[in-house]
Amino acid sequence: MQKLLLLGAESIAQGAIDAGLSGVYAYPGTPSTEITEYIQKNKAAREKKIHSQWSSNEKTAMEAALGMSYAGKRAMVCMKHVGLNVAADAFINSAITGVNGGLIVTVADDPSMHSSQNEQDSRFYAKFAMIPVLEPSNQQEAYDMAYFGFELSEKFKVPVMMRITTRLSHSRSGVQRLKELAQNDLKLPSDMRQFVLLPSIAKVRYRGLLNSQLGFEQDSENSKFNQYIEAKDKSLGIIACGISLNYLNENYLEQEIPYPVLKIGQYPLPRKHIEKLFTECEEVLVLEEGYPLVEEMLKGYLEKVKVKGRLDGTLPRDGELNPTIVGKALGFQKEEGLKVPDFINNRPPAMCTGCGHIDAYKALNEALAEAGKGHVFSDIGCYTLGALEPYTAINSCVDMGASITMAKGAADAGLQPAVAVIGDSTFTHSGMTGLLDAVNENTNITVIISDNFTTAMTGQQDSQALGHIEDICKGIGVEPDHIIVLNPTKKNHDLMVQTMKEEMKYPGVSVIIPRRQCIQTVKNKELVEKLRELDLK
Amino acid sequence: MKTDIILAGVGGQGIVTIGATVGMAALHNNLYLKQSEVHGMSQRGGAVQSHLRISEKPIASDLIPEGMADVIISVEPMESLRYIPFLSKNGWLVTNTTPFINIPNYPDLEMIMERIKAMGNYIALDADAMAKEIKSPRSSNIIVLGAASPFLNISYDKLEDGIRSIFERKGEDIVNLNLKALQIGKQFTEMNRN
Repeated sequence: MQKLLLLGAESIAQGAIDAGLSGVYAYPGTPSTEITEYIQKNKAAREKKIHSQWSSNEKTAMEAALGMSYAGKRAMVCMKHVGLNVAADAFINSAITGVNGGLIVTVADDPSMHSSQNEQDSRFYAKFAMIPVLEPSNQQEAYDMAYFGFELSEKFKVPVMMRITTRLSHSRSGVQRLKELAQNDLKLPSDMRQFVLLPSIAKVRYRGLLNSQLGFEQDSENSKFNQYIEAKDKSLGIIACGISLNYLNENYLEQEIPYPVLKIGQYPLPRKHIEKLFTECEEVLVLEEGYPLVEEMLKGYLEKVKVKGRLDGTLPRDGELNPTIVGKALGFQKEEGLKVPDFINNRPPAMCTGCGHIDAYKALNEALAEAGKGHVFSDIGCYTLGALEPYTAINSCVDMGASITMAKGAADAGLQPAVAVIGDSTFTHSGMTGLLDAVNENTNITVIISDNFTTAMTGQQDSQALGHIEDICKGIGVEPDHIIVLNPTKKNHDLMVQTMKEEMKYPGVSVIIPRRQCIQTVKNKELVEKLRELDLK
Repeated sequence: MKTDIILAGVGGQGIVTIGATVGMAALHNNLYLKQSEVHGMSQRGGAVQSHLRISEKPIASDLIPEGMADVIISVEPMESLRYIPFLSKNGWLVTNTTPFINIPNYPDLEMIMERIKAMGNYIALDADAMAKEIKSPRSSNIIVLGAASPFLNISYDKLEDGIRSIFERKGEDIVNLNLKALQIGKQFTEMNRN
């Protein structure tokens, strides 16, 4: 079979499809989005009727995947690292319930924060939940790990985390496929109480999870994804986790690596290999993408063997690794490249010309001119770019849905006006429940739901809010007279300013919905047709 | 044989298409390939880059080390200079000269061109104007790729195959326009190479 040219994200998708996946569940989030998109567009996946529609948020996705596993089928849930914060309740408890059909939780971390608000390391979550982790070093391993990950999950009856980072997710290379496996049959768990986490049952299940730890460790010791590569010079031993192995190899293209190397692709750490490395070598260098998880574990309080890495300054404490940084840590003197000329300026991302958010912000800035700066709580999406020049229209962006609840808290503290700006998809992800809090207390806030019919920032995926926003707001209890839909255009500027001013004066919850199709989707025939059906054009 | 290429431009200018074309060409040539792309937030009119590595032997890193790139292919002049720390001493800088101005503090274009011309090996062409001349304004990215084609260590007919497989689903006319674009880019370099 000819190799496929796939992104790391796509390799995981293809590996899962070939391993007999029955459903993928996800909310879009860079750098994880392409996994689900690949399955949505894949012809074979459609023929096999693999579920691939987007979920409302990462928690609903995680729970649906667990439900599919309950029914005996193989399921995958995908998210970006901060999405795991949203799914954490379900995720941690899924380690206690265990699984029936194989379940892989794929989490894409974003060290260096290319498109994120932090660079948290998901391996900590897996350690917290006490489940195995697979961390591929390249696209082929990403495929293989997805393929064999379900087997691992079914062998130990626990979910398995697949941890990747931006660089691998968005890098393309050749991938060799394996034999396609059939999907599992529908089959209920043999223990019908397995998923009932009443304390009496949960205690038993938790002890079971604790007892499984040794098995996880032994599996890691025998895993083909972990390798001990012998070498003569024992003055240093190197632990290379995931993609950092490539940066190490890049520095030794013309020669063998002189030091013993322990390649890590499966956690918990393979104790036997670690012990061998620490017995043999005078010092140990840990290369890992993200936080110094392995380094910290091995260093401990009483550092018996010197451990070098991100904590002692051998490597930078934050940001993603690259071959140049790793080369420096190994003592290679690299020739300096040319300098970037001083006159080269940053070119930050910006809202597209003709974007509806721009008109909404222009109106909002004018409506708030009298009140001054500092009244706008925003959220995560393209409209977050309203923080930049020339708009500087917002004062917060913390997590999905935080705009409405932070506006509420600030209003409770006495700030007036208190305005929230949130997108349609983010509203149904995590904004709705906060709106209920505000309605229940009749808090004086003005919520602007800037509706463009799509999850735009991540590449225009379907929005679960489509056609539902007014009904949701009414259902939650917002006064129908204070749910106002506007078309954000230049022509409507004055009307928008006036409406915003009036609603800010109204002493209760008002919702203003500036509504215009994302210009990136105008050629999306399927969406245009749907909008026509819903009479939203 | 190994070629390390940095692709540069602004989100939406078509560097992903350049990468995909070279990627297909490498695949047709049975070469190893790694291509690191930028997706997500930075795509919105921001600076974007892609590291593209092609080799007869397996490739280790997805990222090119500093000072090691053989070619920078840029569809925008200022963006071509952002990545010169990656360029090797004998590397080539191939860039479009039409600026994409979407920031208030875009530097003086003459200053940019002077710095480009101070590079030892460079090809600077107005790909936007050339694309309009062949009545295919959206093919400027492929013209720049054509101008870089003599430096990629991939045979030209394999690049043509790459164009065919990438644009196939858009119809024969689009394929031919892009083949033409590739050709006039290549001709420019043949005539202007110092």
